[in-house]
This record gives sequence, structure tokens and C-alpha cells, in this order.
Amino acid sequence: MAVGRLRARLRVRDLLAEALAGLFTRPGRSLLTALGAVLGIASLVATLGIAETAGAQIVTAFDELAATSVVVTNDRGFFGTSQAQVALPWDSEERVSRLNGVVAAGTMAEVPLGGRLTSAVPVNDPLGLTEFQMPMIAASPGLYAAARGQLSTGRWFDHGHSERADRVVVLGTGVAQRLNVTRVDQQPVVFVGDASFTVLGILEDVQRQPELLNALIIPEGTAREMYGLESPTTVQIDTEIGAASLISAQAPIAVSPDDPDAVQVQAPLEPDEVRAGVEEDVNALFLILGGVSLLVGAIGIANVTLVSVLERIGEIGLRRALGAGRRHIAYQFLLESTGVGLFGGVIGASAGVLVVVTVSALRTWTPVMDPRIALAAPFLGALVGLLAGLYPALRASRMAPVDSLRAGATG
Amino acid sequence: MTAELIRLVGVGRTFRSGDIEVRALRDADLEVRRGEYLSIVGPSGSGKSTLLNIIALLDRHTAGTYRFEGTDVTELSEGARTGLRAHRIGFVFQSFHLLAHRTVTENVIMSMLYNSVPRRERRARAMAALDRVGLDHRAGFRPGRLSGGERQRVAIARAIATRPAILICDEPTGNLDSASTESVLELFDDLRSDGLTLLVVTHDDAVSTRAERIVRMHDGRLSEPVAV
Ligand SMILES: Nc1ncnc2c1ncn2[C@@H]1O[C@H](COP(=O)(O)OP(=O)(O)O)[C@@H](O)[C@H]1O
Ligand SMILES: [Mg+2]
Repeated sequence: MAVGRLRARLRVRDLLAEALAGLFTRPGRSLLTALGAVLGIASLVATLGIAETAGAQIVTAFDELAATSVVVTNDRGFFGTSQAQVALPWDSEERVSRLNGVVAAGTMAEVPLGGRLTSAVPVNDPLGLTEFQMPMIAASPGLYAAARGQLSTGRWFDHGHSERADRVVVLGTGVAQRLNVTRVDQQPVVFVGDASFTVLGILEDVQRQPELLNALIIPEGTAREMYGLESPTTVQIDTEIGAASLISAQAPIAVSPDDPDAVQVQAPLEPDEVRAGVEEDVNALFLILGGVSLLVGAIGIANVTLVSVLERIGEIGLRRALGAGRRHIAYQFLLESTGVGLFGGVIGASAGVLVVVTVSALRTWTPVMDPRIALAAPFLGALVGLLAGLYPALRASRMAPVDSLRAGATG
Repeated sequence: MTAELIRLVGVGRTFRSGDIEVRALRDADLEVRRGEYLSIVGPSGSGKSTLLNIIALLDRHTAGTYRFEGTDVTELSEGARTGLRAHRIGFVFQSFHLLAHRTVTENVIMSMLYNSVPRRERRARAMAALDRVGLDHRAGFRPGRLSGGERQRVAIARAIATRPAILICDEPTGNLDSASTESVLELFDDLRSDGLTLLVVTHDDAVSTRAERIVRMHDGRLSEPVAV
């Protein structure tokens, strides 16, 4: 019989069956061995899943309104009180509007009324039932658009009103209710102290600067002339999407070229900045943790596989005597360690997904996860098992059959 | 098919560990013919296992030539030797080398994993082999529940299930009491009458006398006595 035809062979199915039998011989040990891979894979999957979920949460929460708003104030904050406030120029609206990426801009400042009361009727009311203490805000014509205002009736004042210092007023909806003004077609008048103002319109809603809704709003020119207002204190800017960070850098220079640092800027975080921030925090720590547990898991698998090789020297010798080649022995132990890793990966991926779902439920987030992560995890586990099994498998396959048979002469 | 199955000419085996050399086998000439029942007998440490491991292709000789079924296996690759082991050689050990957590049948089937016996034929062949050694009623048992003699007969069933050209046994009765030894020796007689070639190594003269031909071994040398 030709020797060449007598190759030792092992069918893949038989190899799988043998490896599986090896694992199920000591199921408890196989499970414990897989634990390291379970923990490693679970923390990796959970980390990536939570980061992705949190990231998606921020994208959802990311609202266009906040992302396109830049506010410049001359407020020096808590720590800047020793320094004099800079006066924002009256033409801030124009200066800022020239910047590329600005959709609308407007200025405003609270007008000190010195205790003057407001009423809708010119009578002196001794009981004070129709007179109210109401805040007054001086605004530029552009503020209406910049604050995304909405009038229920009438109109907003324009540059002409401001230049002529016309005595006109737009009522915030809260003020209008208390003064019982609902229509403007009859040109109603309100009195602030002794001065009368014609009501131009009623501001029903704003999306920014909500204090406008509870104030009497007059043109800046009028406030300057009547109450000696010195400068606007706030510039509200509406930007194009994505331009906010650029504008927040340029606006201070535009309104305060001599000392741009003297003004305060409130700008939204760019969404990718926010997401990157969250992902960095969550990821860096847990990915390291996951990597370390995976490494520990791999060492565990390698260790146990090596022990199992040494315990089964007799079996290895027997198999060699029965006609198993070196590679058949190597494949068997490699497959066993890969199986442990794969099992660890499957359980770990499930545990990781469970963690993501649980955390999301607790935070009322919508769990978001790339399914490829969960699908790839078992393969990562298998890969870890494969790598961990390389050395033990090599040791097993290198043993001389005679030595193995002698060393393992039991049973 | 020629009568010659195995031919050793001037075969030697020297073990080296550091400066120490052990010449476990020297200048061995031996022929094994098909269908014969040959016994090699000698005291412990005389080199019997060394010779048997070489014949079973588990170990390589360091001198001489060895022909197995007409092929010079001296220069054969490891893969080809493994293939020969899988298909043509059955080996029985002193310690039975059964896997404790597998049934008798599964242990027998193991020998058919590495040669080309189709999956679906294995169980039937294992049952036939168990039937041949008189243990078909123990098929589902685990080795731990069998007596020593029964375990060795399972090991023999495992070795013959692949239908090897030769059954090589190293001290097959070394771990057995006299009753079990007798049952194994009777089995050898039966296998011999089936036409199987048997090579049995032992230090026990009572075991060796059951063979047709006896070769004595002493200090690594073979000597064939006149007649038995
Ligand atoms: N791997 C080895 N390394 C060194 N010496 C060995 C080795 N195997 C066997 N020997 C030596 O060879 C001699 C024969 O051993 P062995 O063939 O096992 O004898 P037997 O089987 O007849 O009892 C002994 O002296 C033994 O110590
Ligand atoms: Mg021996």
C-alpha cells in the first residue's frame, strides 16, 4: 500500500466534536475560564454602547435654538467688579450684523425708572389699583428678530422711531394683560410717570431674552433722551447654524475693539464638542478598564489551557499513538481555548448590551448602539481565546508521543 | 502481499542527555511475518519498550534500517509516519490509556478519528470490535466501572477497530491479576486465529510462552533462542 495515501487526517467536524468534548469534560472550569473574557468583552461593549447612547442623547437634546445664539454683555461677572464696565456702543447692532454668519442682532438694556409707575389711564388713582411698578427695557430694532420674537398684534419699532426719540412702546404680553391692553388699532396710550407712550404692538412670545415678555419695551433713542440711558448692556445675536463659535470669537472684537476681553460672551458648545467631551470621559476610562480585563481574561485562558495541556499529557500521547499529527493536537487545544473565548464573548456581549439598556432605562435615554459592536464582540472574544491558546497548543503539539505516554501513564 | 511485515537490520537507539549516553538498543535484527504471534521477553530495563516504540513509529531509531510493509521508514517524514500509525498500527499500553469521562464505545471510536473511517461506520465498527473482545454488553459504561482486564480488552478493541496490520502490545498484562491476564491472553489467541499479526512485549515468561515465537532481550540486545 502506498505510504502517501495513508495520511493522518481529522475531519473538521470531528475536530469540533473533540474540542467541544474537551470543554464539556470540565464544564465548571470552562465557565470560570470564560469569566475573564466575559468581563472584558462586557465592559468594552457596555462602554461603547453607553458612549454611543449618550452621544445620541446629546444630538437629540442639541437644539438649533441654543446652538445659534450668541450673547455679548458688558457684565464683568463676580470677579470683575473692581474694573469699570465697558460701555457697549449704540451701533453694536450694525457692527455685529456686518459679521459673516450673523442672521440678526439686536441690543438691549434695562431702563432705570426711579420708581415711576405705569398705568393705562391718565387719572390719578389714589388707591393705586391701576398703577404698577413695571420694568422698562430699551431695545434696538433688530432685537425683535434676534430674540425670535412674535407679535400678537401691531408692530415693532424701527430706526426712525429711535432716531426721532418717538414716545412709542411695545408691551410684553404679561404687561399688556395687567394693563388690560388687547388691541392697538385705536392707538392706545400708557403712562409711565407723567410721560405717555403710544402702544405700537404686543409681544406675544420670544424664544430668547424672556424678560422682554414682562417689560415695557421702548426704542433706545427714546430711552437716551428721556431717561439718560448711557449704553446698551446686552447684544443678542442670532447666527447661522455652525457659525456660533466663529461669531462668539468675532463679536467681542466688533463691539469692543479696544478691549475685547472686557465683555462676556455666552456661546453654545458645538454639538461635536459636547459629544466628544462625553465620549472622551466615558470612553477613556472604561476602554482601558475593558482592555485590562480582556488582557487578564486572556492570561486566564492561557493559564488554564496550559494547565489542561499538562493534565492531559497522557491523552495527548494516546492521540499521537492513535495517529494524530502535531497539528491535530495543536488545533484541538486552540479550538478549545477559542471556544472558551467565543463563549465569553457571547455572554459578555449580552451582558454589555444589558448594561447599556439598563443604564438607558434608568436615565430615560433611548439606547442606541451600532449592532456591529454586539456582533463583533463574540469574534473579539474568540480572537482573544485563540491568541491565549497559541502557546499552550504549541507546547502540546511539540511533545514527543513517547514522552507524553510515559508522563501520562495513568488510568 | 509478501509474508514479511516488519524488518529491522542493525537497528540501534541511543539516548543522549548532556554528556550521558544510554545505548538502550544495539544492533537489533528482527523480522516479523504476517499473521505471526511474536513475543519479546526480557527483564525490566532491557530495552523492550524502546524497541517497541521504534517499531510502532512512536520513536525514531538512531542506527540501522527499518522497513514496514516494504517501505523504508527510516527517512520517512513525521507526517507519513503519523499516517502509518493511524492506519496500519494498533498499540496497546500497560496502563490502558482510556479517557475516564468517555464511554467504552466513545473510547473505541477515538482510534477511528485520525484515519479515514467514515463517521457513520464508526459506531458499527466499534461495536464489532467490542463484540470481538467480549465486551459489547459494557458499551455504555465508563472505564471507571470496569475491571482491569475489561479495561485492557477495551483498549484492545480500540486498537483493532482500525483493522491494523499489526497489534503491538507493551506489557499488556503488567497491571492485571492472573484471572484478567488469562482473559487477555485468551483474547490474543483468538485474534491470532483470526489472522492478526501480534507483537507482545513482556517481562513475564508465562505470558511469552503463549506466542509462537519468542525473542529474548537483554541489555539492549536481541537473541533468538533455538526452539520453543
Ligand atoms: N528517554 C530516555 N532517555 C534516556 N534513557 C532512556 C529513555 N528511555 C529509556 N531509557 C533507558 O533505556 C533503557 C531501556 O528502557 P526501556 O526500553 O524502557 O526498558 P524496558 O521496557 O525493557 O523495561 C533503560 O536503561 C532506560 O533507563
Ligand atoms: Mg517497558
